[in-house]
Amino acid sequence: MTASIIKLNTTAEDHHIARMAAVALGLTVLESAIPSPLPGVKPGLANIVTLIVLARYGWRTAAWVSLLRVLAGSLLFGNFLAPGFFLSLSGAVCSLVVLAFARHLPARWFGSVSHSIYAAFAHITGQMLVVYLWLIPHAGIAYLIPIFATAALVFGTVNGLIAARFMDNDSNPLSLRGNQ
Amino acid sequence: MFSAALQHIKLGDWLTLLLGSICVVLLTFKLWSDDLADKAIIRGGGKILSVVPLSRDQQIEVPGPLGISIIAIQNHKARIASDPSPRQYCVRQGWLQQAGEIALCLPNQVSVELVGSKKKYDSLNY
Repeated sequence: MTASIIKLNTTAEDHHIARMAAVALGLTVLESAIPSPLPGVKPGLANIVTLIVLARYGWRTAAWVSLLRVLAGSLLFGNFLAPGFFLSLSGAVCSLVVLAFARHLPARWFGSVSHSIYAAFAHITGQMLVVYLWLIPHAGIAYLIPIFATAALVFGTVNGLIAARFMDNDSNPLSLRGNQ
Repeated sequence: MFSAALQHIKLGDWLTLLLGSICVVLLTFKLWSDDLADKAIIRGGGKILSVVPLSRDQQIEVPGPLGISIIAIQNHKARIASDPSPRQYCVRQGWLQQAGEIALCLPNQVSVELVGSKKKYDSLNY
């Protein structure tokens, strides 16, 4: 029996996307160490990467990075195809849909902070829909919406600020430009 | 550091922040204004037999024309635990929690209604 070698032809762009998804993944792992008062309330630090990628390389790349991060993150945490995975996925997809529109806001007035806030609200909307339609079909979860919405506003703003701050100095060692 | 952060918020971003804050405040008012019930009014044959607080777990037996209905109060919720009525609608209704919810056992003329701090619409006249 001969060993078969599967060779995938990858482009520089693929490597670039993978590298950025890996950074996002690192932030996801980092953030899972932060205790949360309520399941679902987390800063969503990985979205900082998505925001920067969106601003620098466009929506398509941002979608790749975001969805790869969700997929690889679920494999890492062992909840692939478990409820937690679908919660992340629905949040990410809703955010991306909203970002597809939000990025066309005039850049003169709207920056990463706006993108981040809109995406955070979209994220929580997507998650609540999955929770309500699939996991807990009870009107009682409406009680939690104000908490999630407040978290979305606060963390959305903070993440947007961090993303904006990162982008204004390219010499930063953590700069996400593909330096290759 | 703080002022450096602030310079990244553009005019539209402030607008977004304002919009987001308004949404959060409206959502909070809308979703958290529902008051949970704190008392249960138990009626038999159309008359109020007793008004009991939901804070204490207890079972109350209410006599009616068909027999005895048992009302259970537990964990700030109330339900009809058993009833001699043939169709058992009120029993199947399960636990009541919100102000305005009512379980009626018609043939036995027993009902339990939950009330909160203020009187709102009840679950019968939607």
